[in-house]
Amino acid sequence: MKKKQMSRRKRSHILYGYLMIAPLTAGLGIFYFYPFFKVFYDSFHVVGAFNKTSWAGLSNYVTMFKDPVMWSTLWNTLRYVLVIVPFTLALSILLAALLNTDIKGRSVFRVIYFIPAITMSTAISMIWRWIFNSDFGILNFFLSKLGIRNVLWLSDPKTAWITISIVAVWMNVGYQMIILLAGMQGISRSYYESASLDGAGRFQQFFGITLPLLTPTIFFVLITTLISTFQIFDVIYMMINSKSLAKEASQSIVLYFYRNAFEYSKKGYASAIAIFLFVIIMVITAFQMKVQNKWVNYDQ
Amino acid sequence: MNSKAKKRNKGHIIIYIVLFSGVLITLLPFIWMLLTSLKTQSEAIRVPPVIFPAKPVLSNYTDVFRDVPFGRMYLNTIISAVVTVAAQLLLCSMAAYAFAKLEFPGRDIIFMTLLAVLMVPSSFFILPQYLIIQKMRLLNTIPALFIPNLFSAFGTFLLRQFFMSLPSELEDAAALDGCSPFMTYWRIMLPLAKPGLVSLGILTLRFAWNDLMWPLIVNTSREKMTLTAGLAYMQGQYHTNYPEMMAGAMMAIIPLLILFAVFQKQFIEGIALTGIKG
Repeated sequence: MKKKQMSRRKRSHILYGYLMIAPLTAGLGIFYFYPFFKVFYDSFHVVGAFNKTSWAGLSNYVTMFKDPVMWSTLWNTLRYVLVIVPFTLALSILLAALLNTDIKGRSVFRVIYFIPAITMSTAISMIWRWIFNSDFGILNFFLSKLGIRNVLWLSDPKTAWITISIVAVWMNVGYQMIILLAGMQGISRSYYESASLDGAGRFQQFFGITLPLLTPTIFFVLITTLISTFQIFDVIYMMINSKSLAKEASQSIVLYFYRNAFEYSKKGYASAIAIFLFVIIMVITAFQMKVQNKWVNYDQ
Repeated sequence: MNSKAKKRNKGHIIIYIVLFSGVLITLLPFIWMLLTSLKTQSEAIRVPPVIFPAKPVLSNYTDVFRDVPFGRMYLNTIISAVVTVAAQLLLCSMAAYAFAKLEFPGRDIIFMTLLAVLMVPSSFFILPQYLIIQKMRLLNTIPALFIPNLFSAFGTFLLRQFFMSLPSELEDAAALDGCSPFMTYWRIMLPLAKPGLVSLGILTLRFAWNDLMWPLIVNTSREKMTLTAGLAYMQGQYHTNYPEMMAGAMMAIIPLLILFAVFQKQFIEGIALTGIKG
């Protein structure tokens, strides 16, 4: 009797199991797994009118390695990563640490800092573009009072990427700060109590307790910021128009991919660029898996 | 003792100074957006700049609706966001429950395979996704805005973690009472998973409301654009009329700001959760 019931339950698990994962699995299959292989396929083809493909061998990849724009685009992206990631990390750790003290109004600060994280990057980029406007922008007006005149924040190829980085850091910090603060609040108070009995000051506590115990969270934030910055798109798309002198000097990999795929209709070439980006992300992920066990402190 | 307290106060003052400058840097762009949206065009481009509008005008807020189909864009964004959130909550939670609690052959292999999606940047899929939508003859339609986003490996992963942390006793009891696995999921486990569902809903809403690239690609007719694509379009078209663009931008960000004001705790905890789980 009991055995019969068990096997009936087993069968219903199997039936319902497959039924309940079916819609999601089918959707992911059609819109993610098929596209995944299709990108590889397309990268070896020339995609012409009516999406007819013809075999192109490695020519898309050869073009990519010979394309000076691709190389400058890669350099731009690395530049964004090298500036945006450390600044985001440093500022969000600083703010989280300050909010993790016994000051008043903590939750108000937390809410305000979080606002950029929920606002549309498109809208945010528009206001920053207006602030950084070289002729009518409020920033250049204040700078001119200090004797600094007519900075071409967005139209000078030398400065545009810095302006973009500033805006990107401004957008990132609140979100990462929330994650870091949650990590800090997860650290047991007893560590701090015994440390302050031993006479450790605020700074010693921060470097001796908070930072080491926070390494898993810091590492998580580092990796997610790294991966998202490698894919930077919205801010550049909105702040630099396609006729700008700084267009090429500010272009990221994803933006160059987008332009090839949807503006220059070079879908095969765009696919090769997509694969290049994919390889970069895979390298970061592999690095993450390798390093995680080495220097990240997981015992709490 | 006294000097220690003094030192502490001094420390606090420095902390407050840093925190308040952070607040200023965070809020000033929004304030400038609001002030600009209340100015006339000539006031906005005056040199030297005027900080406060002499006579605040609201006409920019109505002009946006005249110059672009802003109402349609609003509606499209709402539909797309609501459908995306609802579908993800349903499809992800259903699959997540099966992956966490039901036993069937190949379960773990299928799950691990689906997770592979998380390692691939989302723009990687976008070109073939566009071609699929094109083949389905859905370009420039509302469904094009949300179809690929209905399915989320991340959401399934997040909710599976959640279901795994729930005790199995309740289900065993339900099974003895003759509840089918689906009914157990629907009636018993789903209500228990509410915090997880709220987190996923918030993360998905934030994404669906703010996403730019996908709507930009699939829908090029103004009537079918979302707010993000609409703002990008406006900037390309009326790039000199800053007050009007700022009015559009203000209206585009307000719904999420209001939701955030009401549900701040859930928003912040939802985000913090992803960090802890990761």
